Amino acid sequence: MSKGYSGINTDEITVDNIRRGDITLDDIRIHPDTLEHQAQVAEDKGNPQLAGNFRRAAELTGFLDEEVLQLYEALRPNRSTAQELQAIAQDLASRGAQRNAELFLQAADVYARRGLDKK
Amino acid sequence: MTGRFRLMDQQPVNLDGFATPAPELGLVAFHGTRDPVPSIIIQNGSIVEMDGRSKEEFDSIDEFIATHGIDIGIAEEVMAIDSLQFARQLVDPYEPRDGLVHKAAGMTPAKLAEVLGHLNAAELVMAMTKLRARKTPSNQAHVCNRSDDPLLLAADAATAVAFGFREIETTVPVLADAPSNAVAVSVGAAVGSAGVLVQCSVEEAAELAMGMRGLVSYAETVSLYGTEQIFVDGDDTPWSKAFLTSGYASRGIKMRVTSGGGAEALMGGAEQCSMFYLESRCVALARAIGAQGVQNGGIDSASVAAAVPGGVRSLMAENVLVMLLNLEACTGNDALMSESDIRRTSRTHPIFIAGSDFICSGFGSTQKYDNMFGPSNWNMEDIDDYLAMQRDWGVDGGLRTASEEKIEQLRRRATEAISAVYSWLGLGDLTESWAEQAIYAAGSKDIEDADLMVPLNASATIMNTNITMLDVIAALAENGFDVEAERCLDMLKARVTGDYLQTAAIFDENMNVLSLVTDPNDYAGPGTGYKPSAERQAEIDTIRQQVSVSDLRVEQSQYRSSDFRVLGAAEICHDPRDVVIGVSPATGRDIWRTLSGMLVSDVLDELLAGLEEEGCIGRVVRMNDSIDLGVIGLGAARMSGTGIGIGLQAKGTALIHRRELAPLANLDLYSVAPSVTPRLYRLMGINAGRYAKGMTPEPVRNPYSDEAIEARYHTKVVSLVAIERECCTGDAPELLEIVR
Repeated sequence: MSKGYSGINTDEITVDNIRRGDITLDDIRIHPDTLEHQAQVAEDKGNPQLAGNFRRAAELTGFLDEEVLQLYEALRPNRSTAQELQAIAQDLASRGAQRNAELFLQAADVYARRGLDKK
Repeated sequence: MTGRFRLMDQQPVNLDGFATPAPELGLVAFHGTRDPVPSIIIQNGSIVEMDGRSKEEFDSIDEFIATHGIDIGIAEEVMAIDSLQFARQLVDPYEPRDGLVHKAAGMTPAKLAEVLGHLNAAELVMAMTKLRARKTPSNQAHVCNRSDDPLLLAADAATAVAFGFREIETTVPVLADAPSNAVAVSVGAAVGSAGVLVQCSVEEAAELAMGMRGLVSYAETVSLYGTEQIFVDGDDTPWSKAFLTSGYASRGIKMRVTSGGGAEALMGGAEQCSMFYLESRCVALARAIGAQGVQNGGIDSASVAAAVPGGVRSLMAENVLVMLLNLEACTGNDALMSESDIRRTSRTHPIFIAGSDFICSGFGSTQKYDNMFGPSNWNMEDIDDYLAMQRDWGVDGGLRTASEEKIEQLRRRATEAISAVYSWLGLGDLTESWAEQAIYAAGSKDIEDADLMVPLNASATIMNTNITMLDVIAALAENGFDVEAERCLDMLKARVTGDYLQTAAIFDENMNVLSLVTDPNDYAGPGTGYKPSAERQAEIDTIRQQVSVSDLRVEQSQYRSSDFRVLGAAEICHDPRDVVIGVSPATGRDIWRTLSGMLVSDVLDELLAGLEEEGCIGRVVRMNDSIDLGVIGLGAARMSGTGIGIGLQAKGTALIHRRELAPLANLDLYSVAPSVTPRLYRLMGINAGRYAKGMTPEPVRNPYSDEAIEARYHTKVVSLVAIERECCTGDAPELLEIVR
């Protein structure tokens, strides 16, 4: 039985509860445990990269929508200096988002080498 | 100019652009001048050379693929496999898919391009049949219109679902209208069925934001490119795309990326590489960033690929490459790649018969002019063609026929539902006259009462007041659209359970997930793999246009009359003016109208009048012992005083015969019954009279045309012949009178 990000049991997500205003967006968001389960399924089916994506996603479930959009923006070309990307990586790591931190560290390195960093 | 070339120049295919291959511009399908030779060198567990480039020379695409995309544990082993040998395994039904996708995961982009380059068109069909991820094929629709009309969007979404599409993609001519479109299509889709995935294609960040509010259920417009320069021109890097991919998954939203050969050449940055090699980099990158699937096969640049030799083959090879990398394949066939109906069909057909996760990554389910992605390779105008093709080949192309009654009912319900939602949420007033026009419209041009400000205002309200799919569901429920509310809720719950994040996932109408995990393709030769259920086969086989013998009998009975009276047994006559018109057994019994639409009695009037003009006397005799026109005509000639007879089948085929000839050695023949006019029957009567008098007949030309006359009428002929046979009793000939 899966649960929403808020911990709500999916059985409780009903039209009546929505009408009463008892359901929030956090109730209909995926839980990190569910993404970990899906990662294991993807690994079993021969796609470790898809599993890796689900595990990065699991780390991001705790981030606000706006934060996710901001992090995406920071990784777009010429938006951030290498130092800024490293700082974000440090922040991500401190919030338990190790895999995403790793992604930002790699980006800092490659962007500097390929001229994709902010000048 | 010779007439032949003048005519050839006028054909639609000559509106298409064909390019002389120009490798320096990337205008070449395979084997670009700078396509690298496949290679890999691994040191201390990391790739230090890939496809002829050292780690220091890697661009950002190489770097991401080398770091994340290649199974280093097997890379050296699988890179050493002979590419031609591996290509053969792709088409060998006894080589299981699992082993092949496992090996491909260790191959570099250049290696994959080399392998796929060995497959010819027929081999691509075999490889696709075996390698696609999901066993059950499916199809995606575009639903858009020029005015972002929410009523028409909802009605058209419900219609697309009725025709069988399981995924709907919409987009906007006006960016700010996007949230309104997303709501309208989601509600319309829910009217059609449970489990329909909905996307609204806009800029990357805006699309994710709509997904987060639950307004759409998947994303596809996440573009990848094969060169770094073009990638950056697209305002992304492999890292930002990888992060975006995880952003979607973090909200439980299905997502696939988009790429397609020819894009880099079109944007002037192909770096002297072939379209297929660059696409191979895109697909390898898609796998590396952890996307579950790819939409490719040219997409917006399909016609660039199609302009060079082998280009259409390369488009299909792109799709097979996606499948080989164990990803969902949404196989192009969207942007219209040719002005020629023949070329655009040829482009799709191999994929159609092989089957893919989504045959079209956007079948334009609306009229061409309303498709805001631009016209598709397949459009609303082509749905009956597509259904007929499914039926012809016994192929499941994802679509089904739908009755007009059902479509009308769904369109009404969809407009009612979206009107209620807009009204309840304060998004706008969708008037009844507007709704009524949307229900019956073939496209937005038919809707005069649409208020173009409504989608803009509705979108602003959605964004400013944080309206989410939860509010839409509440509005549906409050207004009595309980079924639709439940269906929209099911799509939200799907993102909590997450099973549809797996490769190639769709939902069936009972919300079961069909994916690589739950419905894996197990093709292993004839008799294996996907077989439509009996119910699904019936949907494929039963198109609305098909007619049965009983349908035709009913049609004929509408023209039943008392024009024919039996006078008694027909005798041989010795009057030197006598010409017998022998008619077939069903005449005046079950067949009343010819294939040209004339009443049989009117045909006889013309024949009799023609005979009269020549001073002959016609007698109408029904032959009850044969349905063969030669035998009927000869029998008539043998009964006639002049030795000349006319034979007429009730369907309209007619000939003149003479007593001493063999049955098939008749005189004049009108074989093309659907085209015979009253004037021609009159002429046959005249000529029969002239033969009777030993005079020269007037020359008659059979009325041939360039219509597919046999396609139009042969099935009717089979049924009409069956009716004739039932009336063929063997009884003696009867003299008939035509009563007026």
